[in-house]
Amino acid sequence: MPRQLLFVLAAIAALGLSACGGNRATLPDDGGVGSGAGMGAGSGAVTSGTGGSGGPEVFREVPGAGGSGPLSRLIIYFDFDQADLRPEYNEVLAAHGGYLAANGGALLRLEGHADERGSREYNIGLGERRAQAVRRALLLQGAAAAQLTTVSYGEERPAAFGSDEEAYGLNRRVELVYRQLN
Amino acid sequence: MLRQRLIIGPRSWLAAALALAAMLNATLAQAQLRIEIRRGVERPIPMAIVPFSWEGTGAQPPLNVSAVVTADLAGSGRFDPIPERDMVARPTQPEQVDFQDWQILDVDALVIGRVTQDGPDRYTVIFQLFDILRGELLVGYRLTTPGADLRVTAHRISDMIYEALTGIPGVFSTRVAYVSEQRENGQQRFRLIVADADGESPQVVADSPDPLMSPAWSPDGRRLAYVSFEGQQSAVYIQTLRSGARDRVSAREGVNGAPAFSPDGRMLALTLSRDPGNLDIHVLDLTTQVLVRLTRNPAIDTEPTWAPDGQTIFFTSDRSGGPQVYRIAPQAGADAQRVTFEGAYNARPRVSPDGRQLAVVHRNAGNYRIAVVDPRTGLTQVLSNGALDESPSFAPNGALIIYATRDAGRGVLSSVSTDGRIQQRIGAVAGDVREPVWGPYARP
Repeated sequence: MPRQLLFVLAAIAALGLSACGGNRATLPDDGGVGSGAGMGAGSGAVTSGTGGSGGPEVFREVPGAGGSGPLSRLIIYFDFDQADLRPEYNEVLAAHGGYLAANGGALLRLEGHADERGSREYNIGLGERRAQAVRRALLLQGAAAAQLTTVSYGEERPAAFGSDEEAYGLNRRVELVYRQLN
Repeated sequence: MLRQRLIIGPRSWLAAALALAAMLNATLAQAQLRIEIRRGVERPIPMAIVPFSWEGTGAQPPLNVSAVVTADLAGSGRFDPIPERDMVARPTQPEQVDFQDWQILDVDALVIGRVTQDGPDRYTVIFQLFDILRGELLVGYRLTTPGADLRVTAHRISDMIYEALTGIPGVFSTRVAYVSEQRENGQQRFRLIVADADGESPQVVADSPDPLMSPAWSPDGRRLAYVSFEGQQSAVYIQTLRSGARDRVSAREGVNGAPAFSPDGRMLALTLSRDPGNLDIHVLDLTTQVLVRLTRNPAIDTEPTWAPDGQTIFFTSDRSGGPQVYRIAPQAGADAQRVTFEGAYNARPRVSPDGRQLAVVHRNAGNYRIAVVDPRTGLTQVLSNGALDESPSFAPNGALIIYATRDAGRGVLSSVSTDGRIQQRIGAVAGDVREPVWGPYARP
C-alpha cells in the first residue's frame, strides 16, 4: 500500500486544518487551578507528554498524507442535524477500514463535531452520533474495536469560524486522527 | 424605626479567589463584562440616591458605595435615579430630610447614607430609604464589613432597596459563572469565570487550552460542576471555589456531560454514553458514588435539570425526531413524558425557582431564541430576539433570565425579565463569553 508518512504538522498545513487543534499532544494545564483527588489522573488520556510546556514534542503521522487517494481524506462531512454517512465517503471509509485491518498496531481517534446552532450539550450528542457512525463503518470494513476511540467536541472546536452555511458545513464533521501507525 | 444590624459573614474566600485569579491571569484585573440597558420598563421609578457621607482616614472611602448602588439600580431598568447636579439638598442623616425638596423634583423614593471607618479595616455603612409621596421611612440598615467587601455590601444595599420598592428580592449581590473563549496565537483558550452579577470582580476558576463547558452551581454556591476536555476526553469535575480544589467525578468512556446538582446538593444528574454513542441521563450520588441510569433510549437524552422540589428532572431528547423537553422522576425505571410541543426545536431546559416555568432554547423561523414554557399547559412565550441565543439561566429571584447571544459575531451575554419588559446587554470586553449560569442567593 503506497503511503507517505509525514509529520502531522505538515499534514495539517497541507490540509488547511490549522484551526483544528495543535499537533502536539496536550495535557491538562493544571497550573494553579487547584488540587484535589482525581485531578489529572488521566484515565483514557492518550498523551505521552508530561504536562505543561516541558513535555516532549509528540507528532502523529498520517497514512496517505499529501497524496490524493482516499486515505488522504481525513474529514467526513455531514448534513444538518444528521449523522448519516453520505455515499461519497464509501471509498474513503473502505480505505481507512482496510488500512486499520492491515495494520493492527494503528490507532485512530474519531473526533465528532457539530455546527454552532442550538444548545451545546445537544451538539455534543450530535458529534458523538457522527463519530459513532464513522466508527461502525470502519468496524464493518475490518478495523478492530480496540483500534478506535471516539470523542465529541460538539460545537466547541470549530474548523471554520463564522455564522454562515459554508462555515456550518465545514464544522459538521468527523476528523480521523491517527495516533499511532503500523 | 426600622434599623437593623445585618451580619455579613467572613469573606476570606474573596482573598483566596483573588490570589488565585491573579496567579492564573492578570488580564482580568478589571471587569470583563459591561452592562447596558437595551429596553427598560416604560415608567421606571424616579428616585434620588444622595452621595453617602464619609468619616474616616483619607479623603474618600475605599469604594464609592452610593455610586455602586446608583449603577445597580439604574442598570436594572426599573429605576431612574436623578443626576447629582439636580439635587437641591444633600442630606445624609434622616433629620436633614425635607420631603418637600424631593416632591418638587418628582422623585418617588430617596436614599441617603453614610460610611464610617470603625477600625483599620472595618467600615460601617448606614442607609435609609424614604417614600417621598407618603413622607415616611421604608427601610434602614446598618452593615459592617472589611474594606475588601464594601462592593458586596453595596450590592446588598441595592438588593434591599430593590425589594422594598418592587416587592421582588434583588439579585445584585449574587454571582454569575460563565465560559470565556479567546484565541491566542491561533489557539483556543477556555476560561471558566465567576463574577459579580454586574460583571465586576471576575475570577478565573479554571483555564485550559481544551474546551470547558456546562458550568453548574451547587445549591449553596460553594462549588461549580463543569465539563473539561483536558486530556482530549470529556470529564465532569466538581470544584470548590474557595480553595480551588476539585474532584473528577466522572471520566467514563464516551460522553461525560451536562452536570446538574440536585436541590439538596447530594446528587448530580449528568449525561453519559455508556452504550457507545447513546447519550442517556444518569444520577450520581455524590456521597455513595452509586450511579443510576434514568433513561434507556437510543435517542440523544441530555441537558438534565432538577425541579426545585427534587422530584422531577427535565431534559432534552430527540426521541420524537427533533429535540424536545421531557420530564422524568429521578428513579430507575421511571417513564419519561414529553413536555414541549410548540415548534420543532426545544432544548436545554432550566426550571424557574418557583418551579412553574421552563426557560428553553426554542427554534423560531430558523432563529434560536430563549422562550419560557409553562410545563403544565405547554404554552410557549418567546423572550429574546437573536438568531443564535442559547443557555438560559434564571436569576434566583425568578424575575430575570440571563442567556448567551451574539453581537457582531461575538459571543456576549444578555438578560431579559421573565415578563419580557426589560432587556440588558452584558457585553464582553474581549473574546467570546457564553454559558452564563446565575448563582444562588447564598454567598459563602
